[in-house]
Amino acid sequence: MYDVIVIGAGPAGITAAIYCARARLKTLVLSKNIGGQAALSSDVENYTGYQFVTGAELAQKFHSHLDEFPQVEHHEAPEEAEKLKKTRKGFILETDADRYEARAVIICSGANPRPLGVAGEKKLRNKGVSYCATCDAPLFKGKDVAVIGGGNSAMDAVMRLLKYAGKVFVLNVNPELKGDELLKEKILAEPRVQVVPNARTVAILGKKSVEAITYSQKGGPERKLPVQGVFVEIGWTPATEFADVEKNKWNEIKVNLACETSAEGVFAAGDCTDVPEKQIIVAAGMGAVAALSAIKYLSRK
Amino acid sequence: MPKIIVYSTPTCPYCHMVKDYLKKFNFAFEDVDVSVDEARAQEMIDKSGQMGVPVLDIDGKIIVGFNRAEIDKTLGIKK
Ligand SMILES: Cc1cc2nc3c(=O)[nH]c(=O)nc-3n(C[C@H](O)[C@H](O)[C@H](O)COP(=O)(O)OP(=O)(O)OC[C@H]3O[C@@H](n4cnc5c(N)ncnc54)[C@H](O)[C@@H]3O)c2cc1C
Repeated sequence: MYDVIVIGAGPAGITAAIYCARARLKTLVLSKNIGGQAALSSDVENYTGYQFVTGAELAQKFHSHLDEFPQVEHHEAPEEAEKLKKTRKGFILETDADRYEARAVIICSGANPRPLGVAGEKKLRNKGVSYCATCDAPLFKGKDVAVIGGGNSAMDAVMRLLKYAGKVFVLNVNPELKGDELLKEKILAEPRVQVVPNARTVAILGKKSVEAITYSQKGGPERKLPVQGVFVEIGWTPATEFADVEKNKWNEIKVNLACETSAEGVFAAGDCTDVPEKQIIVAAGMGAVAALSAIKYLSRK
Repeated sequence: MPKIIVYSTPTCPYCHMVKDYLKKFNFAFEDVDVSVDEARAQEMIDKSGQMGVPVLDIDGKIIVGFNRAEIDKTLGIKK
């Protein structure tokens, strides 16, 4: 029986675990990966104290900080939470590998990339279709690619891809790119980038790997772009299916200012919650709040 | 010792994790950075029929992604 299980090891989960460890709670951290979305960001320029740091470096720092607390049990291999159940004494968490008991739970499971939902997408996943420009961009050296999306993650993907790819098309359903103005200026000034506004992606085509993408502009005729890669960057959906707690219509877990959820003893922090701002520093801050609330809850019990 | 090749990129979090995992159990491996070696990148695509990293080649058996269950089975790692 653990005092606390922390689900997820992004900025929120790692921060929560550090606070729990310092309060001498018997803590288990399990996660599908370390660093979460923060590890995927190319440049982080808004985390206090670091004028400039890559997402990978920041995630590494988070990881080493967590490793300073040997009393925190931390599973290095990916593990996925599948079902959280209430018991008389606390909670049981079932994962794809095992099941664990704890007196309190802190959910920091963040978000997963949202699929496009077009024909060919599933079949060609990892065969040219990618949801992680950070991971996969180097495999598209000299190839023409399309980025689907028009926000910060899409623009981040474009910057990543420009280091390797040939031409980068940006298919944006909206008339304008939205997000960081500096990033937007850089992208619009880049001759190898072509932004296609008001473009709805219709299908991804290819036999063994991606060969083309089709789209239509404002209900106009379907057009075809020959590309070898498609990077889907249309946002994120909260990873909250395993937990039966109150959520809003976007499946974000509802929390109050103390990061308490609708279930007593279950706390949540970061991008999996209904906090309006999804940022590393916000997620980390909420991780601290959730842990401090869990510590108080356990000392009351 | 099995012959292990890990195809990876420096920026992919799962690649770091899988390499740390192999090191933890004292398995030696060849680390191929496909972001700098185009020929080996193509080799990986040919072997695995896909472009996602990491890819593991364990004595000719191809495992895509950090698939712990498969890796444990192939290498006889017990919890
Ligand atoms: C490309 C990109 C660039 C970004 N750039 C910036 C930036 O410059 N500055 C900034 O402040 N923010 C940036 N962000 C946003 C920031 O990364 C997120 O707000 C932050 O990482 C959220 O932290 P989190 O801990 O709540 O969730 P996440 O980082 O999403 O971490 C969630 C963790 O939970 C794990 N998990 C998920 N489901 C399960 C499950 N069922 N079982 C077990 N574990 C699970 C995941 O593997 C992961 O480890 C960026 C995001 C992206 C994608």
